[in-house]
Amino acid sequence: MASAPALLREDQALIDYLLRLGDDSLILAQRLAEWCGMAPALETDLSLANIGLDLIGQATLFLNLAGEIEGAGRDGDKLAFHRDVLAFRNCLMVEQPNGDFAQTIARQFLFSTWQLAMFEGLTGSTEPRIAEIAAKAVKEVRYHAEIAAEWVIRLGDGTDQSRERMIEGFDWHWRFVDELFEGDALEQPLVDAGIAVDRAALRQGFDTTVNAVLREATLPLPEYPRGITGGRVGHHSEHLGHLLATMQSVPRTYPDAVW
Amino acid sequence: MYTTELGKGDPRGAVPLSGEDPALLAAFEARVAADEFIEPKDWMPEAYRRTLVRQISQHAHSEIVGMLPEGNWITRAPSLRRKAVLLAKVQDEAGHGLYLYCAAETLGTGRDEMTEALLSGKAKYSTIFNYPTLTWADIGAIGWLVDGAAIMNQVPLQRTSYGPYARAMVKVCKEESFHQRQGYEIMMTLANGTPEQKAMAQDALNRWWWPSLMMFGPPDDNSPNSAQSFRWRIKRDSNDDLRQKFVDISVPQAEYLGLTVPDPDLAWNEDKGGYDFGAIDWEEFYAVVRGEGPLARERMKARRSAWDDGAWVREAADAYETKRRARLAA
Amino acid sequence: MSRDWPLWEVFIRSKGGLSHKHVGSVHAPDPELAVRHARDVYTRRLEGVSIWVARSSDIVASDPAQAGPLFEPAETKVYRHPTFYDIPDVVKHI
Repeated sequence: MASAPALLREDQALIDYLLRLGDDSLILAQRLAEWCGMAPALETDLSLANIGLDLIGQATLFLNLAGEIEGAGRDGDKLAFHRDVLAFRNCLMVEQPNGDFAQTIARQFLFSTWQLAMFEGLTGSTEPRIAEIAAKAVKEVRYHAEIAAEWVIRLGDGTDQSRERMIEGFDWHWRFVDELFEGDALEQPLVDAGIAVDRAALRQGFDTTVNAVLREATLPLPEYPRGITGGRVGHHSEHLGHLLATMQSVPRTYPDAVW
Repeated sequence: MYTTELGKGDPRGAVPLSGEDPALLAAFEARVAADEFIEPKDWMPEAYRRTLVRQISQHAHSEIVGMLPEGNWITRAPSLRRKAVLLAKVQDEAGHGLYLYCAAETLGTGRDEMTEALLSGKAKYSTIFNYPTLTWADIGAIGWLVDGAAIMNQVPLQRTSYGPYARAMVKVCKEESFHQRQGYEIMMTLANGTPEQKAMAQDALNRWWWPSLMMFGPPDDNSPNSAQSFRWRIKRDSNDDLRQKFVDISVPQAEYLGLTVPDPDLAWNEDKGGYDFGAIDWEEFYAVVRGEGPLARERMKARRSAWDDGAWVREAADAYETKRRARLAA
Repeated sequence: MSRDWPLWEVFIRSKGGLSHKHVGSVHAPDPELAVRHARDVYTRRLEGVSIWVARSSDIVASDPAQAGPLFEPAETKVYRHPTFYDIPDVVKHI
């Protein structure tokens, strides 16, 4: 790796912010790829794969940009396939195992509803390269959030079995919601500069949307337990290590190879 | 078509051609001979309808089962671009299966009926998907050889006699050439890469070459139903003709990669203007057709799980719709 | 036997096009998911398309160009689909 001049603190913060955005999309895409060929219907297989493809696209753009700003010869692939667990910056929600279809839908609904608000905000980012990525992604993510909501409603207001599973699916994920809205000392200067979005400010809109969909799905409103956090500083759940071991296995085994 | 000969003896004995109204039959044969398309509501002999249901549904099953050997590598694709492209390819295959199931449904069968036939072993799918994908190079070999063979079968079917099937094939063919290109491009990257990558590519070619040749079905002298399929434009070329064409196209492609085709009997024949190649192990082929392929159980288990585990989801959606309509009616 | 969802016919008007074209079918339990599935299956490479879906069983078909013994009159047979589903006529391509 070429030695680069030490990065300005602002640049490092921006890089970390981009990793947070990119890793969210990358890890969730990886989880969705596990559904390939296994979904409840062919059409649903296509829906999940479509979402996964969009997310890989987002991850590629964010991670490539992070590497470019870093200027140390790392591109999106280097970042995706050669960092270990402690260096990943995704939220805990996306690395959770898929569980059944209801648990997957619970995750998708919560994440995409939040991500939509994030990207809507980021279209106004003072960093034009982020604004551009967000503008493209917003349309996709709106679709993800809508189709996930439609599934929440059908599973919640479907059969007794589907309702139970939907409740359990959400129960798995409530503890990871708070983290989505938690800012920190790294992001605050970026927020002040208009580059990043104030996460906490998105919470109220999120709650309104989530509660409305849950009501329509005849599901009980959430009782949020104490939020588990740590993903943004590389302190992940036990799941991420296994996920990365699979995802990174080929490039790690052949480190000099180009694919 | 590589699945027509599979599952020959259909026990639900249909009306044989001799039992059909001779005037209707003659008019039908004339239409087909004149290169016209037969559409869903047109009169057709029962044997034609049943043959098409079997061929189209088995083609659809092949696309769906075909998602599994490649789907096996999406989570391990070694770059972001390869990951996206492979996911898109497998998505396309789901879409192709979908187009084909819908075409078959116009002939009097339901998708759930076809799914049950696949899972019970009554319906077949292309033998090739019973083989395992062991390394990333297999993904390259599949795109190059398996999709290559599929394209050779499918291009002529764009003018098959049954309208919905022909239109499905047009859509499929449009998307298929990207599949083969991405596979061959992977092989090029590997063949020009590190020694381990090159060895991986050669190993994949060694394992996928012969099964790809088997995709074209049994030898012509062991395909008794062919004459009728030719006449009805369900089959446009003979198995052996397509297989020869495939070998002639693929050998130079392997040479360009600097890889060796695993056939010691391969030799250019100047007189016929094509390659002579070695004997295919037809024992292996028929064993795989019987359901004894290396990964046959895994493939069916995966599809059975997806179908069974997904039942509660499909039922929930149905239940919601029933409630919704009741609310509207109230 | 576990059931599959009913069949819907899909019509797409691609960007700049003038009229909707029949592109095929999808399975879906209800109208909203039918549109979603149609978008996922038939517009994977396009943007800005207009999608119409209709239950296959709701479509009424007539083909005056075809007549005589080669064309099965509608009243002798519900469409070839098995009676488990109420899915008869597929709209003919124009």
